[in-house]
Amino acid sequence: MIGTDLQIILPEIVLSVFAMVALLGAVYTTKDKAAGLLVWGTAGIFVIVGLWIGTTGDETREAFAGSFVDDGFARFAKVLILFSAAAILLMSQEYLARRDLLRFEYPVLVTLAVVGMMVMVSAGDLIALYMGLELQSLALYVVASLRRDSVKSTEAGLKYFVLGALSSGLLLYGASLTYGYAGSTLFSDIVASSVDGVSLGLLFGLVFLCAGFAFKVSAAPFHMWTPDVYEGAPTPITAFFATAPKVAAMALFGRVMFDAFGVVVADWQQIVAFLSVVSMFLGSIAAIGQRNIKRLMAYSSITHMGFALMGLAAGTVLGVQAMLIYMAIYVVMNLGTFAFILSMEKDGMPVTDIDALQMYSAREPLKALAMLILLFSLAGVPPLVGFFGKLYVLRAAYDGGLAWLAVAGVVASVIGAFYYLRIVYFMYFGEEREPLDRNGSPVLWGVLMVSAAIMVFGVINLFGVEPLAAAAADTLVN
Amino acid sequence: MIGLEHYLTVAAALFVIGIFGLFLNRKNVIILLMSIELMLLAVNINLVAFSSYLGDLTGQVFTLFVLTVAAAEAAIGLAILVCFFRNRGTIDVEDVNVMKG
Repeated sequence: MIGTDLQIILPEIVLSVFAMVALLGAVYTTKDKAAGLLVWGTAGIFVIVGLWIGTTGDETREAFAGSFVDDGFARFAKVLILFSAAAILLMSQEYLARRDLLRFEYPVLVTLAVVGMMVMVSAGDLIALYMGLELQSLALYVVASLRRDSVKSTEAGLKYFVLGALSSGLLLYGASLTYGYAGSTLFSDIVASSVDGVSLGLLFGLVFLCAGFAFKVSAAPFHMWTPDVYEGAPTPITAFFATAPKVAAMALFGRVMFDAFGVVVADWQQIVAFLSVVSMFLGSIAAIGQRNIKRLMAYSSITHMGFALMGLAAGTVLGVQAMLIYMAIYVVMNLGTFAFILSMEKDGMPVTDIDALQMYSAREPLKALAMLILLFSLAGVPPLVGFFGKLYVLRAAYDGGLAWLAVAGVVASVIGAFYYLRIVYFMYFGEEREPLDRNGSPVLWGVLMVSAAIMVFGVINLFGVEPLAAAAADTLVN
Repeated sequence: MIGLEHYLTVAAALFVIGIFGLFLNRKNVIILLMSIELMLLAVNINLVAFSSYLGDLTGQVFTLFVLTVAAAEAAIGLAILVCFFRNRGTIDVEDVNVMKG
């Protein structure tokens, strides 16, 4: 019995054991000297585990009496999390090494955060949910303040910690109310208890849980930590925050809404639709005044989370499928964009002001073109892949009876296009400035080019993501 | 007779005090950590009260997990705070303002 349970959580066990062995090994032997090697090794293990999970087959398995669920939905999210985390590790290696930030704790903490995320997306029980969420959050608080001697980085860590702990508290209060009024922490029992209508206590629990998740996905009006943390954390860490944890939190949001509250869709639909519309407009409008590209990406991620929540708000299989496709596209676009931001340097120092990009195209036409494609894709300009992501969620919202939300989404994306296009304008038609360094990191260049190429060639068939997401959504909703 | 409602009321009051402590406190960051702790403990009261009311042990198991995580969280919070203090020389909430906008 315990043997089969352990078999199901084997990928998580492998990663946890790897993290602990790497930590002990590094402490007792070479310390930071082997950090570069450890980063590459960790990325390799992420890719191997990702391939392993991706090829496990398509049955739904439950471990520990239902508190851990390994289904198609969880596997889709896990593969996305593992691959994006591996890409981020490879992208960050050179940047961190040159700034003397490459400590062996970094890959270990990222591994632990990834284990937390994998537990989150597989949670079938409020306790498993909470433990996964905290494992992820605690590791992320530490990596946010990785640059210990910088005021900005430690301030980012402090702000992230305080607001993250507040959100955990809200979520936990919701979990306690849900437990009390449903009589169990298992999602399958919670859904059974709400079949004949949801009690007031359970409704309060649902609202608190939603508030906690909204914090974690940085949806407005719970977004206030995002710009400061994005700006203050070292850029590779920001890139990590923008990808894997967002996928995990969004998948967890979907998991709880459908697995635990699947029969009271109408009750949470309004909450999620509200979060979605506020995030889309706030992200689009607040980004207009930003000159720092990392802050700008923070507001951009708030807008994108609004769109992904729109898919969830539809409350249908199509909606969950649209959300998964949107998240996959969002991750690829962000990897490329952050590869570009990581290569922005002047005299060896990182530059984050968008004014520094004036007339960038004259010096590096190929990189400027790739960035142009990514920015157009982020803005949702057809015929790039970003447009199809938006099309899926808009269609899901319309089919789910939320036509007003779809209209609001179109309006918000038109407003949001302004600030992406301004960067393009600077790159191609700005005035001549002191040029940025020519940064020759092959990894960053490769990630940027591959992600831009995916945005162009993905329009043919989205690289087969669509049927995979459909199958994943199907296992969650039914 | 003290029933479930009394415990829930106390927990709700503590939880709200914790949230107000986070938002109204202008003094220093240690008070923020205390407020967070207060929120988590309010949740624990809730969980134990429900557990006893339902005659179901899961709530108490949950409480033990929450206590453990709260300890880890406080440790990490203090560690970050020490780093922040070294750089900034102050832990006043009003001075956590290098980034704005």
